[in-house]
Amino acid sequence: MSEANPDQTPSTGTAIHIKDLRKSFDGGKDFVLNGVNLEIPKGVVTCIIGFSGTGKSVLLKHILGLMKPTSGTVEILGNDLSGMNMDQLIKMRTRLGVLFQYAALFDDMSVMDNVIFPLREHRKELKLHDMEEIAKKKLAQVGLDPKHFHKLPSELSGGMRKRVGLARALALDPEIILYDEPTTGLDPILTEVVDDLIVETHKAHAGSTSVVISHDLFAAFRISDHIVMLDKGGVLLAGKPDEFLKSENELIKKFLSKGLKQG
Amino acid sequence: MIRVWTDNRERINTAIDDFAGRIFNGLGKFFVDCGKACIFFAQSVVLIFKGPFRWDEIIRHMEFIGNRSVLIIAMTSVFTGMALSYQIFLGFVKVNATNLVGPTVGMGILRELGPVLTGLMVAARAGGAMAARLGTMRVSEQIDALEVMGIDSKQYLVAPRILAAVITVPMLCAIFDFMAMMGSHFLTITVLRQDEAIFWDKISLWLNPGDVYQGLFKAAVFGVCFATICSNRGFNASGGAKGVGEATNQGVVNSMVLIIVLNFFLTNFIRFFYVAMGWR
Repeated sequence: MSEANPDQTPSTGTAIHIKDLRKSFDGGKDFVLNGVNLEIPKGVVTCIIGFSGTGKSVLLKHILGLMKPTSGTVEILGNDLSGMNMDQLIKMRTRLGVLFQYAALFDDMSVMDNVIFPLREHRKELKLHDMEEIAKKKLAQVGLDPKHFHKLPSELSGGMRKRVGLARALALDPEIILYDEPTTGLDPILTEVVDDLIVETHKAHAGSTSVVISHDLFAAFRISDHIVMLDKGGVLLAGKPDEFLKSENELIKKFLSKGLKQG
Repeated sequence: MIRVWTDNRERINTAIDDFAGRIFNGLGKFFVDCGKACIFFAQSVVLIFKGPFRWDEIIRHMEFIGNRSVLIIAMTSVFTGMALSYQIFLGFVKVNATNLVGPTVGMGILRELGPVLTGLMVAARAGGAMAARLGTMRVSEQIDALEVMGIDSKQYLVAPRILAAVITVPMLCAIFDFMAMMGSHFLTITVLRQDEAIFWDKISLWLNPGDVYQGLFKAAVFGVCFATICSNRGFNASGGAKGVGEATNQGVVNSMVLIIVLNFFLTNFIRFFYVAMGWR
């Protein structure tokens, strides 16, 4: 077992390094992820795209350490997750921020309490007043009107919940921000707003890495510096948006023609 | 008969195989589930002692399990005490032993009915809510959100619930015991016109603090039992609203069955322990 030190970030250009990742849920008969090799560069917006059922969400859960791989390794900021015990994994996760598909807000807490929650857990040296100030700043950054700060998540619209979820993800100033299908279930106008929010958030957090899991190809081209396409549990192509447009792969051409038409 | 057997041998064999297969599968699943619940419990206990102690969460769950159950416990206990007293009175009247109604009811309530009925009522009310709450948190990714925020979800969600149940259910059991004896007193003295002095005298003669303690001990065990099972079911729920419903249902049913089964073994264990210690 390797000695992992989640506090130390090696000075490489890779935020997430996945090596030969395989995942099977039925004892090796069928692999959802079948040898994924992937490097996600630091400081850019990377979009992981693919058809439904290609293993995007399973890959995200491996990046977050919520699932253990059948084989292969996942390195986050130079630290191998498989070499970490629970305490190290918990510490590592404080360097990540996640916006879940449906925001996953705690429904018994107000908007403000949701954003304060990670601070309360990990920034115990702060006074409540300071935590509230940070929360207000983060909520303002994602464009949420202060009149909603003391509402419960059930009183908010889908778009507002996503904003609160993003503010909560940003509360600890993470080095990597992950977005799980951030525009699913939103109308085209709100989709564009969320896409802009991702770009703005990325710019506002200098040096941070953003990873967006999506099936929305149009959005991927709008916001990403780097795109990874998954197919049949593996990486079909990883590169800059231009490389996708130039690709001669039939599947990519099909995906592009359908995806960009819809966009 | 032989002809029927030979004509349908294939079908009968298949039916027997199916039946046996279902029993073995069911038993296998039962033992696997028990094993998973035990591992879940062991992990939660470790997390209780590992800390950090989340006092605000523990008190919040104590309020939910305890305070909000007081009314139903009080209602159930008074009527149980009265019904039990009446039945015992009707039986004892035949052998002219009505002066023993008090201690007999007391023994039944303190040792058995108090902890068991408290456990069942709280499992149905708080256990069901526990499984539903955790199940909803699981399917709406709130538990995943906790994990990725760097918070041990079991330590935050499960450990305080188990600790709160261990502390609160014996308190509810004590309320049950007291209210049931008040119900018994009301029926025996006020309605059935028995002598109050004899009622209390026989109780003080026949019962001792050990009867109360064993009931409270059982209640604490039942608290652990339903909190662990319901939390485990909810925590591992999957499949949307249907999954949450199933988790809640299974959590409550399994807790209730286990409380009743466990009560028998606990009774024997406590009896053995008391005899071994020379207390009775």
